[in-house]
Amino acid sequence: MHSFKDIFEQYSWNDVQQSIHRKTARDVEAALSASRRTLEDFKALISPVAAPYIEQMAQLSHQLTQKRFGKTIQLFAPLYLSNECNNICTYCGFSLEHKIKRKTLSAAEILQEINVIKQHGFNHILLVTGEANHTVHVDYFINAIHLIKPHFSNISIEVQPLEQEEYEQLQRTGLHSVLVYQETYHKDKYKHYHPKGKKSNFHYRLETPDRIGKAGMHKIGLGVLLGLEDWRTDTFFCALHLDYLQKKYWQTKYSISFPRIRPAEGVDISGFNITDKELVQLICAYRLFNEEVEISISTREPETFRNHLIKLGTTTMSAGSKTNPGGYSVDENSLEQFEISDDRSAEEVAAVIAANGYQPVWKDWDKVF
Amino acid sequence: MKQFSIAGKIFQSRLFVGTGKFGSSAEMEEAILTSETELVTVALKRVDLETDIDLQLSHLQHPHINLLPNTSGARNAKEAILAAQLAREALETNWVKLEIHPDPKYLMPDPIETLKATEELAKLNFVVLPYIHADPVLCKRLEDAGTAAVMPLGSPIGSNKGLKTFDFLQIIIEQSNVAVIVDAGIGSPSDAALAMEMGADAVLVNTAIAVAGNPIQMGKAFKLAVQAGRMAFESKLANKVSNAIASSPLTEFLYA
Repeated sequence: MHSFKDIFEQYSWNDVQQSIHRKTARDVEAALSASRRTLEDFKALISPVAAPYIEQMAQLSHQLTQKRFGKTIQLFAPLYLSNECNNICTYCGFSLEHKIKRKTLSAAEILQEINVIKQHGFNHILLVTGEANHTVHVDYFINAIHLIKPHFSNISIEVQPLEQEEYEQLQRTGLHSVLVYQETYHKDKYKHYHPKGKKSNFHYRLETPDRIGKAGMHKIGLGVLLGLEDWRTDTFFCALHLDYLQKKYWQTKYSISFPRIRPAEGVDISGFNITDKELVQLICAYRLFNEEVEISISTREPETFRNHLIKLGTTTMSAGSKTNPGGYSVDENSLEQFEISDDRSAEEVAAVIAANGYQPVWKDWDKVF
Repeated sequence: MKQFSIAGKIFQSRLFVGTGKFGSSAEMEEAILTSETELVTVALKRVDLETDIDLQLSHLQHPHINLLPNTSGARNAKEAILAAQLAREALETNWVKLEIHPDPKYLMPDPIETLKATEELAKLNFVVLPYIHADPVLCKRLEDAGTAAVMPLGSPIGSNKGLKTFDFLQIIIEQSNVAVIVDAGIGSPSDAALAMEMGADAVLVNTAIAVAGNPIQMGKAFKLAVQAGRMAFESKLANKVSNAIASSPLTEFLYA
């Protein structure tokens, strides 16, 4: 199968890292004044020498985002269906070795949860699970989509990687988008962070967006888990991945998320932090590189920081999120995947978006498509 | 100025306005009112048909404003036809702006699927206004298929780049038996005026109004530009001459 793996293997982590660090102020200026920006421009914009240009990058990102997406922010809610997981991911609260109470929502519980989410005004929903293939499998997802579809216009999933045929089945059932983050594109570090379970297969995960693209899904969401390795090199690979996918699966839309590692049960990570200033630089660099990509900001980020990000390139935000299965109503105290930082309600976030001169958009899709 | 009609409906204003991208529904409403448009496009995918009072639609309830639902989101003829049927039921209009862009990056219209959908929708008694490339042959094929108007793009949608397709728009206008509405890419009132001076029947503007610093005032600026452009077209512009003609060296001998 021809896939991103073929492209990926032409690059070396160290060469990319060095080439980012060799970028000069002149490269940054050339990137800023370019009309359509290349991957080399992207490298310049995420490089350390671009830091003094952050205001200029922010201004451009603001303008380009408004031109393309208007003065609007789309809102969605995550629905955690299960925290069962057979993987060990050393940074994750759902990791197999944690002796926590495991929970997978039943059909009745899913309906109870969506009832609460719906009351807050949401029309777009993201279904999230761990990876427990014996209980939370494609039939479970199909069933969940059937239950949810009458109530929501747009359904996305962020679950274990699946086979192409399974994505095709889900697409026919009414699924709109699939989010799958590589976590890190550093192969050895990936093995280190994912020592056990199906997820430890780096290449299977790397080729997942290809399978989603072949299945004809409407949207694919990419990202790296910021904090696992050098964020600049990791995000270059993610941008490379995006660029490849966009040319190959040209009928598909793309979104990028920027999850920063958050404190979670039994988790200890340090060493590769990304600062607020660097995250803003990264978000703006993505917008300058790709004017069409959706930029999604979750409640992992704190309130004030999220408020400022509204104008910097963001197109999509979650709000009022619960990251534990049953968190909205069934079992409010079950274990969460990570601690959220912005615990405002959907209504409060929508009010802040409006106060910034933006229109909160609850519905931007229709089941008819 | 000459009256303008599509499918028997007379419009006083030759400015059509899109309703996306505004910072709030109130701002959208005010900009639309100052623009004096009588036809606004509404993306079906944005309309919440399940709740009784869709916020966006409630701001468009004015007797002089007609809704033109669009099929944005459709990737092929089949999806577009379904969307048009749903819009007809929900918004009680058989008018539809046909948008089929399988490419979410530049939102380029698919000419093959658009022609197919136009044929089907015309048979189903829809008033079809298809968004297309500035392709003169496609325009004639759409006419044969029963389109009510054609909506060729000036430049990529949302780009504000103006009339990059100028020469092709001229051919389309010259040949067309249906209304020609220049859609997409109109970035400033002067672009709109130019389209009207060329003889376009109307223009459709969204981003340039919605994303302007002052969308309400910009709505008015577009209204005036469209009126000025149309008035200039009807007044017959003087030809542009690059140098003065002093003598007639080739025909002088006839008068010797």
